[in-house]
Parts: sequence; structure tokens; C-alpha cells
Amino acid sequence: MAAITLDRIVKKYGDGFPAVNDVSLDIKDGEFVILVGPSGCGKSTLLRMIVGLEDITDGDLSIGGTRVNDKAPRDRNLAMVFQNYALYPHLSVFENIAFPLRLAKGKHSDDEVRRRVDEAADLLELRDHLERKPANLSGGQRQRVAMGRAIVRQADAFLFDEPLSNLDAKLRGQMRTEIARMQRRLGTTTVYVTHDQTEAMTLGDRVAVLRKGELQQVASPRELYEEPVNLFVAGFIGSPPMNFLPAQLEGTTLSLPFGAVEITPDVAERARGAEFLIAGLRPEHVEDSETLEGPRRDRGVTFDVDVDVTEWLGNELYAYVPFSPDERVAAKLAELDKELDGESMRHQMVVTLDARSRVRDGDRARLWFDPASLHLFDPSSGLSLTRDEDRAREIQVDSEAMRQQALERSRAHAEAVGQGAPA
Amino acid sequence: MSTGEKVLWWVAGLAIVVYALFPVVWILSLSLKSNAGLTENRFWPSEVTWSNYQLILTGDASDLFLPALRNSIGIALIATLIAVVLATLTAYAVSRLQFPGKKLLLTTALAVAIFPVISIVTPLFNIWRTIGLYDTWPGLIIPYLAVTLPLAIWTLSAFFREIPWDMEQAAQVDGATTWQAFTKVIVPLAVPGVFTTAIIAFFLAWNDFVFGISLTSTDASRPVPAALAFFTGASQFEEPTGATSAAAVVVTIPVVIIVLVFQRRIVAGLTNGAVKG
Repeated sequence: MAAITLDRIVKKYGDGFPAVNDVSLDIKDGEFVILVGPSGCGKSTLLRMIVGLEDITDGDLSIGGTRVNDKAPRDRNLAMVFQNYALYPHLSVFENIAFPLRLAKGKHSDDEVRRRVDEAADLLELRDHLERKPANLSGGQRQRVAMGRAIVRQADAFLFDEPLSNLDAKLRGQMRTEIARMQRRLGTTTVYVTHDQTEAMTLGDRVAVLRKGELQQVASPRELYEEPVNLFVAGFIGSPPMNFLPAQLEGTTLSLPFGAVEITPDVAERARGAEFLIAGLRPEHVEDSETLEGPRRDRGVTFDVDVDVTEWLGNELYAYVPFSPDERVAAKLAELDKELDGESMRHQMVVTLDARSRVRDGDRARLWFDPASLHLFDPSSGLSLTRDEDRAREIQVDSEAMRQQALERSRAHAEAVGQGAPA
Repeated sequence: MSTGEKVLWWVAGLAIVVYALFPVVWILSLSLKSNAGLTENRFWPSEVTWSNYQLILTGDASDLFLPALRNSIGIALIATLIAVVLATLTAYAVSRLQFPGKKLLLTTALAVAIFPVISIVTPLFNIWRTIGLYDTWPGLIIPYLAVTLPLAIWTLSAFFREIPWDMEQAAQVDGATTWQAFTKVIVPLAVPGVFTTAIIAFFLAWNDFVFGISLTSTDASRPVPAALAFFTGASQFEEPTGATSAAAVVVTIPVVIIVLVFQRRIVAGLTNGAVKG
């Protein structure tokens, strides 16, 4: 196990285009870090530079305190799970998993190889498939074999390159939990690349959001969700994504397409001078005022809207509310949508309502939200005007403490089982 | 498929088989005829005789045929082996690496492959005589390599391109050196390609006549196709048709065996299950 430090990493291809630009990231020992972003943001390139399959144009990469820029992949002692699994089709599952051990010639006796492969197979429930060839396995089983090959070697760190993107939705959910369980149990430093924000939020101790090769924000999932630094991060994290609405500020009164709200003076101070603003409102922070009771209702504001379409999912209800922004905002929103791999054709606000809500297609509904949950962004820089640094720090300290606790628990558990803590 | 279509396929298939096998059966039939039977104007021999085979394997013609058989087998196998090893390495480099002159190398290889063989025989004859390669095994192996290598490189690099890059990178991350990744992952996956290439290379060497007849003069290196031209009848007025046919049948047997053996190896879809399903 080891910490991985990226210091001002740059990757330029032949045409001088920086695929990864000036990325600095400290990955602590035993930490689960996610690299996330839309396609083409450089996350896979970054991972491949860590493992050594891509040359680093500029900057320093160290693993466990040693600079490894010029080391070959095999000398970095990292294990990687590829997007397409990259199993060896001519070898049985057993030999696939044993492959890294067999390569270290003379280091492991046959008995030891068998013992360690069996251990990995037990962990991944592959015992019954050891003699089969990869061609005869299902997608999920192949995925597990690829993971077995990674864990059998006791590498310093695990690297995952979109490992679940080839699985169907149900299996993806199961394997996601499996990966989280395995990482917690082994306590191995892990870097995981994905474009799926659900995977990012659920798996990561910390999530690094990348955009066009540049790091936007590295933070715990909670901080990303609650205190995003800019429009891009706010729009990327959350599902359904945050609604961006045009807003205009007069004094401390913010006018939105659906009405006006009062904001705190210090936010108004920061936003002063901007011709127009972009307000961010998460779908789940809006409620149907009919389904709300007493004190909570009084804290927020209500507004009447025309609901276009509704989708009832059993546990909640999505309602779509169309609006028309003015041209400057529309252009900015379209640009942002494109960056986030979106293809929305119309301007609409999505709200997630309680499943008990009686709002249906074409209704005029009275919705509710708490102005405190509103985010405000400066459209020219994209920066958040509502980010609370003190709160962000609190969340950071809190998440780190929780991570340490989880690690302690896994070590204690490992000792109790008598395997000894993973070295 | 409807019955009519099936019948059509069968008829077409049968026509092709008959067309392809007719000369083979004709040679087989000739080899089983006695000298008198050759002039009978019948397709099948009226009386089956093994005398032609006795003649070439143990009789008078065996002095000519057996050494030629030995030469043919030895030279073709060695040429095949060298061609496959060299072509595997070259094709790997061609399909995986970017290096200056790659295009030129491939174009040259192709140009050599389509170069008319007959036009280089005379200069080769002169050079070989000067440097002492005339009438030796290497004297035939080298020109065979020149003919087989380009084809082998083209066939094999097509196979290598089919193998996902990720396999090799996975091996490198798993701790393999480039050489280990090549020998333990890439080559096993390219086995069907290697065998296909081996068959092609072997055929080219085995069937060659032009080099065989021009660059040899004695038993020391003369291959079978050339030796067949030196068969003589019992008298100068007699054609050695029977013996030649028998020899032709004998030299066909190894080819058939090799194809049958290697055919099992040439299974498509060996890379199934390597990557996403």
C-alpha cells in the first residue's frame, strides 16, 4: 500500500493539445479516489499515466514517496482493471488470476500460487469457475476475474478504468457494492475512473472532477453535492442534475423565472455588479407545497408554475416545468449542457416531488423550496457565489474522520480474522 | 433454406469438388496403371498395379526420388520455420510500433512478393555459383524465404492487429516485460495466424519448381518437383508417366497431412472472451 502523489501533471499529445493540464492530487494511503468527468475530460489518460501506460509530459508522479515517472508499468507494482477486462482468452480463470504471480518467477511456490488464487477466488466467489475459459463466462464473472487478477498480487494500489461500464444496470449496482466491500476489506489505495456520477458518489472517499483536462474540485461526495465550487461541478454531480435558472439581482431580492426570493446580504454583496446570474436549484430541494407540513413549509417560499409532464416512479415523482430564459443565459446554459455531455432540447426545470403529490401533466401546481438551498453562480467565471468555505472545511474534516474510522474497522476486522492487516 | 436451394448448393458444391479433384484422381489412376495400361484410353486402370510405387521407392528410380524427397522435406521445413519466426517478430513490430520507414518496409515486402520469380533466377544462378551456394540447401532456403516472408508478414500483421492492445498492456501492468507479454500473451493468441502462415510458407517452398530446377544440379539439394523432370522410362522411347504420377501422389501426401493437422489449430474466434462480451 502506498500514497500516490500527482504534482502538476501535464499530458500533451503530438499536436500540443493538453489532454491533462496541471493536475495536482494527493491520494492518501488506503484512500478510494474517483476521477470523474464527461467523456474526453482526460480522466482515463490520467489513470494510464499513473499506471505507466502513457508517458508523462511534465510534472512529477510519486508512489509511496518514490518518483516513478520513468519506471515501466511492471516496476510500479500497481494492479489495474481494464474497461474491457482484458482477460487472457487462452488461459483458464485460474491461470488468468495466477498470471501476475507466475510472472514473478521463482518468487512463489506452486502451493503458494494455488493458495493465493484460491483466496482471491473465494473473495470473489469464483471457486466454481476456476477451470473455465473466459469465453464461457458471463460479463459479471469476467469482471470478477479481472478483479481477481488485480487483488492476487498485493499491489500497492488498485486502478480501475470504468470497470462497470460494460455491465447491465442491475449487475452494475451489485458489482459496485462488491468493489466497495473489497476495497474496505483490503484497505488498498484505489483510483477509480468513471463517467457515472452515481459510482463516483457512492464509491469514493474523495472525488476529483475533471473538465477538459483540468481539475475542477477534489472533495468528498458530500462536499461536492452541497458546496460545489462552480457551475460545472454543480451540474455534473446529482441526478437528476441541478436546474440552472436565469436570475437577476436587485438589492437582496433575486428574481427567478417563477418568482422572487430574498437572499442573504453577504451573498448579495459578492454578486453585486453582475448583470445577470445563474441560480442552481436541485430537483430534490423542491417540494409540492400540498404534501408539506407546518414548520418546514414556513421556512421556504412557494410559487405557482405550469407543469408540462410528470413521471411517477413509485418512490418519487418527477415534474417538468418549462421556462424561457433570455438569450445570454440561454447561450451560457447551452454551452454548459454540451460540456456535460447533455443533449437537452428545451429549457425546463426538473423537480423531484413526494410520490404522494397529486400533480399531473398540464396541472398548475404550487411548489415550495427553501432559499437557503439555492446556489448562485457568476455566469462569466462560472464560480459559485454561495459556497461556504467554513462549512466545506467542516465537511472535509468530518469525511476524513469517517474514512479513518472505516479503515480502522477494516484493520481490526482483518486482525480478528487472523489474516493480519494487509501489508 | 428451401429444398430447391439446398439442392442447388449441393449441385454447386459437387461441381466444385469434381472440378478440383479430377486432376488428382487422374494422377492417382495413372500411378496405379501398368505401362501397358497407360495406352488403354480408359480412365480407371483395368488392372491395379503397385509397380510404379515400387519403382520410385525401392527400384531403379529410388536413387533419384528418395534423396529428392529428403531434400524437399528438409528444405521446406527449415524455410517454413525461419519464415514463421522472422515474420512473427516483424509483423508484431509492424502492427504495434510506429517507426520511420514502416510504410516503405511494407511496400517493399509486397513488391517482392509480386515480383516475377523467373526474372531473378538467372542472376541468382550466377551469384550462387560464385559464392558457393549453388546446389546447397541454404541456396534454396534463402530464395524461398524471399518469396514466403512478405506474404507471411502481411498475413501475420493482419492477425496481430486483431488482438486488442489492452491484452498486452494488462500483461505489462501485471509485471511482464515486453518480451514476456509477447511470448505469453500475444503469440498464443496469434497461434491460428501463425499456423496459417506456416501452411502458406510450406506450400510455397514445397511446390516450387523454378528455383529447384535452376539452382541445383545433384542429389545434394534437388527437391522432388525438379527430380520428377529427371525420371526416365525403361527405354528412351518410353515416357516415365507411371513413375512420375506415383511420385506426384507420394509428395501430395505430406501436404494433405499437414493441412489436416493444422486445420484443427486454425479455429476462428480464439480471442472470444478476452474483452467485453
